[in-house]
Amino acid sequence: MSEARKFSGSEWTLEDLLAIEQVCASHAKRYRLDTFPNQMEVISSEQMLDGYVSGGLPVNYAHWSFGKHFLIENAKYRTGANSLAYEIVINTNPCIAFLMEDNSLAMQALVIPHACFGHNSFSKGNYLFRQWTQPDAILDYMLFARNYIADCEEHYGVDRVEQTLDALHALRDQGLDKYKRPSKLDSRKERAEQAKRLFAAQETMRQAEYYSVVPHATKAAAADSSYPVNPEENLLYFIEKHAPKLEPWQRELARIVRKIAQYFYPQRQTQVMNEGWATFWHHRLINDMYDAGEIDQGILLECLHSHTNVIRQREYSPLNPYALGFAAWNEIKRVCDKPTAEDREYLPEIAGKDWLETFHGIMQDYRDESFLLQFLTPKLVRDFKLMNVKTEEGLDHWAVSDTAGPEGFKSIRSQLSASYRLESAMPEISVIRYARDTDRRLILHHHSYRGKRLVKAQAEQTLKHLRSLWGFGVSLETVDQDGRTIETY
Amino acid sequence: MRPVTSVIVDRRSHKGKSTANRQRVLKRLDGALKAQVDKLVARHKIKEADQAAEVTIERKDVTEPHFALDSVSGATDRVIPGNDQYRVGDKIPNNGGQGEGSGNGDDAGEGSAEAEDSFRFVLSREEYLSLLFDELELPALLRTELLQIDETRFRRGGVVRYGNPSSVCVTRTFKASIGRRLAAEAHQRDALEAAEAALAEARVGGVADFVQAAEAELEEVRRRTADIPFLDPIDLRHRSLVEVQSPCTAAVMFCLMDVSSSMDENRKDLAKRFFTLLYLFLTRKYKKVDLVFIRHTDEAQEVDEDTFFNGTQAGSTRVLSALAKMNEIIESRYPASHYNIFGAQASDGDSFGADSSESSGYLLSQLLPLSRYFVYAEVGGGPGQGATSLWSAYQSIESDRFNMATVNARNEVYPALAKLFQKEH
Repeated sequence: MSEARKFSGSEWTLEDLLAIEQVCASHAKRYRLDTFPNQMEVISSEQMLDGYVSGGLPVNYAHWSFGKHFLIENAKYRTGANSLAYEIVINTNPCIAFLMEDNSLAMQALVIPHACFGHNSFSKGNYLFRQWTQPDAILDYMLFARNYIADCEEHYGVDRVEQTLDALHALRDQGLDKYKRPSKLDSRKERAEQAKRLFAAQETMRQAEYYSVVPHATKAAAADSSYPVNPEENLLYFIEKHAPKLEPWQRELARIVRKIAQYFYPQRQTQVMNEGWATFWHHRLINDMYDAGEIDQGILLECLHSHTNVIRQREYSPLNPYALGFAAWNEIKRVCDKPTAEDREYLPEIAGKDWLETFHGIMQDYRDESFLLQFLTPKLVRDFKLMNVKTEEGLDHWAVSDTAGPEGFKSIRSQLSASYRLESAMPEISVIRYARDTDRRLILHHHSYRGKRLVKAQAEQTLKHLRSLWGFGVSLETVDQDGRTIETY
Repeated sequence: MRPVTSVIVDRRSHKGKSTANRQRVLKRLDGALKAQVDKLVARHKIKEADQAAEVTIERKDVTEPHFALDSVSGATDRVIPGNDQYRVGDKIPNNGGQGEGSGNGDDAGEGSAEAEDSFRFVLSREEYLSLLFDELELPALLRTELLQIDETRFRRGGVVRYGNPSSVCVTRTFKASIGRRLAAEAHQRDALEAAEAALAEARVGGVADFVQAAEAELEEVRRRTADIPFLDPIDLRHRSLVEVQSPCTAAVMFCLMDVSSSMDENRKDLAKRFFTLLYLFLTRKYKKVDLVFIRHTDEAQEVDEDTFFNGTQAGSTRVLSALAKMNEIIESRYPASHYNIFGAQASDGDSFGADSSESSGYLLSQLLPLSRYFVYAEVGGGPGQGATSLWSAYQSIESDRFNMATVNARNEVYPALAKLFQKEH
């Protein structure tokens, strides 16, 4: 591992990868990229598929759905429909990056700066990751979850655990705390707390049995109508705490499923920023390495070839987060370095500022929605030739409402930003009422945005799962902004 | 221990993480997979049973529902890149037009993935067999040892001095010849030198008698040198062939089936699985396994596999005709000294009159001495199964090379052959 080494060719050894990482680290230091220590793991294509299936987590519990995703991804890979990712990285401390064994030296030289410095620094710095995930604890937690679920299978049977997990997985997207911050993950504390919760649950059941033979004290019937006081958006949390018939271990499973779903929450909200950030830095670091004579021209050209493929944006196609993100960060740098009059008008707060300072500030404090709303430049909208189209139910066409240009810019910017709100893809469903003292029915509302309803067949199947967890009736309505019911399921 | 600095780990040896999840999804797909395997059994020839079984799974068999927004409902806005032809107010047709299917955010990727409604994957051999025979313990197959016939063969056993002229090894013979001549000539050379020296000495001495004697001696030595033969019988080398006893690696499997009208589709399906399992077992054991299909009603015919399972033939039932046919084929094509002969007979047990007892007698006296093993499966669970005339006749056969069983369901196929598989020597 000599500093003077110049990398060339396509073969590599483990030492080479470590050497590249160190070369990158020396460049990254100049840009003040703050990273977790890297743990690069060289894996085979089969293990890359394993990684896909568990969202990059190296440890996961056993469930058939992971097997299904593996088969599907494997089929796509084998038939050549999809090529595999070159890397997966997950925000843990140390930061685990999976590197494919099939990658050439140039590809490794590309993915190491991308994953080990780009994504790594992003997940260490960005406020969502800082507030919502515990990179130190997640692996221990996953291990705890896997062992706990394996124990449950032994005690209660694989089938029952599977049915419970099926139902919980169906509600995974409704298991998120979107506004209040989750408690910290800690597998040791989790085990201790778990014992307490189990004891409390048994105690409650004993009392319930006792009270069932003692005549009821008449309760104020009105108390029941207002529970919960505020709508609860985290269905899994509500189920874990209130489902009348769930056994204690099933509540624990609900907890595990929602904790893991919560862990992926920041990633889903920072796709454009995060990929753009990582792409920006791999591009920068590769060029720095070339300038310093650490890689030869062959490697540089192969990297740039892949880079160009990654940031390709097809016209009239879904936006590529790599392309959009890379362009957005480059625009920010341009606005800092060489602002035009237009930039000064639209982005006065960063125009002409120190670009690196600005970069770190933005990376830390924004997510896709706010990032695009704040820093999308008119030039990017023109370069991407963006347009706004609208349609409504029953219409057989899309109407073009805005095109790139001074008049359309603000409207396209807000539309683009809104499309990265999680709510635009995930239905907002909350618990409105739980008839605790009567028939224990659960009433849910889907708060429709712009008249959107749920896919009916899927909603009904999902409700079936929900009812199996709840044990009593569950009804769901789509309610529009004015509070009118537009669909029941 | 957390690394403080960066590290690299080679994780490639940690394989099979997905195995447990794979087993779970297969279990979940059990019904759908069995239906697929049934189709494969019907379509595949017995010899193809060992090939990779690719199955297609409908996504609806493994859906994971969740609350999803209906993309056509309500009002939708999209931001589309690459616009170089539309102006504000233009209308783009919705049906398959450029606006359709393009979106941004999370739903785009998911939508395209859900669009494929099935996916294919390959079952491993064990998974396939387990589905084929309803989860029976097939690993026993692998441990099994079976008595094999020894075949006498000749193989090369080096080079020897004596043998048949036709087996002379020319190169080795010439090598021997060269050696012999070198040795003999070296000896003569010494004698020649001595004789020449003696002659020279005699000439110096000048005594005529001595000179004459020395000349005669030299002449004699020269004659002897010229007499060394180019090839001598002791040079001959022959290739040797030695007799060895080696296990015979060829086998032939006779599939005998009653195709009279009482053998319906279900029975034929069971019979096919029965034959398939025996074939799979034999291919584990022998290098080359020939299949002979003999169908019979009251008359036996050798047919190809398609005709065997799918053809129909009217007539009553005479088992003996099939057994005789098998014997005939053994005599003409598969000498028992060179082939391990296996017989597998599937029938519903119907036979009439003296046929049953004649058949069992023929089997015992004629076929079993020639065969490694003969197994009879009575298929199909009709009334009185296990008490048919053929069954009772066969019951009298006492031989460790014979076995019989009733097969009413797929999971009874294996027990029918279990005794064969467990036979160890």
